[in-house]
Amino acid sequence: MISIKNVRKIYSSRQGNVHAVDNVNVEINEGEIFGVIGYSGAGKSTLIRMLNGLELPTEGSVTVAGRVVSKIRGGELRKARQEISMIFQHFNLLWSRTVRENISFPLEIAGVTRKERTKRVDELIKLVGLEGREDSYPSQLSGGQKQRVGIARALANNPKVLLCDEATSALDPQTTDSILELLVDINKRLGLTIVLITHEMHVIRKICHRVAVMENGRIVEMGSVLEVFKNPQQPITKRFVQQVTEPEETKETVEQLIEQYHSGEIVQLTFVGGSAEQPVITNLIRHFDVTVNILQGKISQTQSGSYGTLFIHLDGSKDEIAKAIEFIGTQQVGVEVIRNG
Amino acid sequence: MDKPYFQDIDWPGMWAATTETLYMTAISVVATFILGLLLGLLLFLTGKDNLWENKPVNTIISAFVNIFRSIPFIILIVLLIPLTTILVGSMIGENAALPALIVGAAPFYARMVEIGLREIDKGVIEAAKSMGASTSTIIFKVLLPESMPALVSGITVTAIALVGYTAMAGVIGAGGLGNLAYLEGYQRSQNDVTLIATIIILIIVFIIQFLGDIITSKIDKR
Ligand SMILES: Nc1ncnc2c1ncn2[C@@H]1O[C@H](COP(=O)(O)OP(=O)(O)OP(=O)(O)O)[C@@H](O)[C@H]1O
Ligand SMILES: [Mg+2]
Repeated sequence: MISIKNVRKIYSSRQGNVHAVDNVNVEINEGEIFGVIGYSGAGKSTLIRMLNGLELPTEGSVTVAGRVVSKIRGGELRKARQEISMIFQHFNLLWSRTVRENISFPLEIAGVTRKERTKRVDELIKLVGLEGREDSYPSQLSGGQKQRVGIARALANNPKVLLCDEATSALDPQTTDSILELLVDINKRLGLTIVLITHEMHVIRKICHRVAVMENGRIVEMGSVLEVFKNPQQPITKRFVQQVTEPEETKETVEQLIEQYHSGEIVQLTFVGGSAEQPVITNLIRHFDVTVNILQGKISQTQSGSYGTLFIHLDGSKDEIAKAIEFIGTQQVGVEVIRNG
Repeated sequence: MDKPYFQDIDWPGMWAATTETLYMTAISVVATFILGLLLGLLLFLTGKDNLWENKPVNTIISAFVNIFRSIPFIILIVLLIPLTTILVGSMIGENAALPALIVGAAPFYARMVEIGLREIDKGVIEAAKSMGASTSTIIFKVLLPESMPALVSGITVTAIALVGYTAMAGVIGAGGLGNLAYLEGYQRSQNDVTLIATIIILIIVFIIQFLGDIITSKIDKR
């Protein structure tokens, strides 16, 4: 659906050249939710803006839905943009228009008749759950409601691709979740391809199928979200993964616990995908003569399965503990002994 | 000289002068609005990082606007005498004031238009682009509606300045209340005529301000 080939974007200024995007290659499939994560200045916005021709690559080519966006100009580009919608961090609604009129704007651009527009706008208002606010002005809406208008507006012309530039970064966590759910719902219902950029791993975890990690204009790591969570390669990726799997206090808590236990072993289990739902602990107690104390745990849902870590304390004879740990190892669960008793 | 007050006043003459002032103001406001809007849009669109970015054109319009904005109005009238005699045929009467009024006010308004347009969030223009809007759609459906409060309050200020300019133009023969106040009031020492002419001008100014404020607050949904 989207093909980014050897793309480079260089901004020249008096202070020298900035390689905002540096030799990026990405293929994004139809119906996929693809995330790009990176810190500020990594080049995420520059990259996503090349997908609808708001920026032109210095080198390389960008193809979206069969159109070479990096080549076409004028009317052809404007036509293509009706199929590649975008939503923004700051919503970018027209304050002079009501909700209804804002959603109607792209339809006016596409030359849809007034009667058709009214019908389509009503559908979209229902789809994003804004019934009753049709005639409000943006200034009368909350951030979450504004983004719903942004999404409805982006969907008006039945696009094939939806680009989200930090679409939830201006929202509180709860509102973020509700907007993310809406995006997943739209992805499933309409089969829309979604590309989103963010600096929050939480957003990636919650809705993306695949993720690319960007640093200094390059993609340093890319893969399915679960795979990247399970096995992050780059230091930057590990830091992002820690954002969601390990709460700040985990390390301290575990260190304190180590002080408290004088016998047995403390073990960290890592669950990925299906194994997170298996009754590993139950089996452990049933089959081995050990006591199990759950110390701390966190399980996160991703689009393709769960991911989590669990800290447990095992006590019993040395033999039994060793067998128990071996058993865990055979259950597709990562196991790591934190401290020997 | 001990006459009862207001005895000198020729009311039909006063009314005629008032309609002349209103006529000059109305025509020049409409022309200034159109011309200023065009110039202001051009200034904005040819500016840096904008839709029609064009340094030479921007510099030329900008210089033109700055020059005409800086020339004192009374001197502008004199400078434009040749142009006015070609266009209007004479330097007497209310039409004779129009070229100077418009040339004096349009650049002034053009700057206000440009400032109003610059206040529009760049993101909104970008959103329109990302939906596939053409430049004309962006101008008519984004730029103008989104800057409307600034455009209206700008033309209000300009209209009030124009009322003042018509009075000045009146002194050198262009008719209207300024002309009346000068010829009848000042030169013949009829202070009551000057007073009434002043009051009428103030009333016109207050009405313009009042209308401008009402419209601005009605259309501003921010
Ligand atoms: N128009 C421009 N002119 C010059 N340099 C630019 C321009 N736009 C972006 N850059 C530079 O390109 C680099 C990448 O910017 P970009 O906006 O893509 O980062 P980002 O990953 O989106 O960051 P953020 O999370 O802060 O939005 C930055 O170093 C930035 O300074
Ligand atoms: Mg950005």
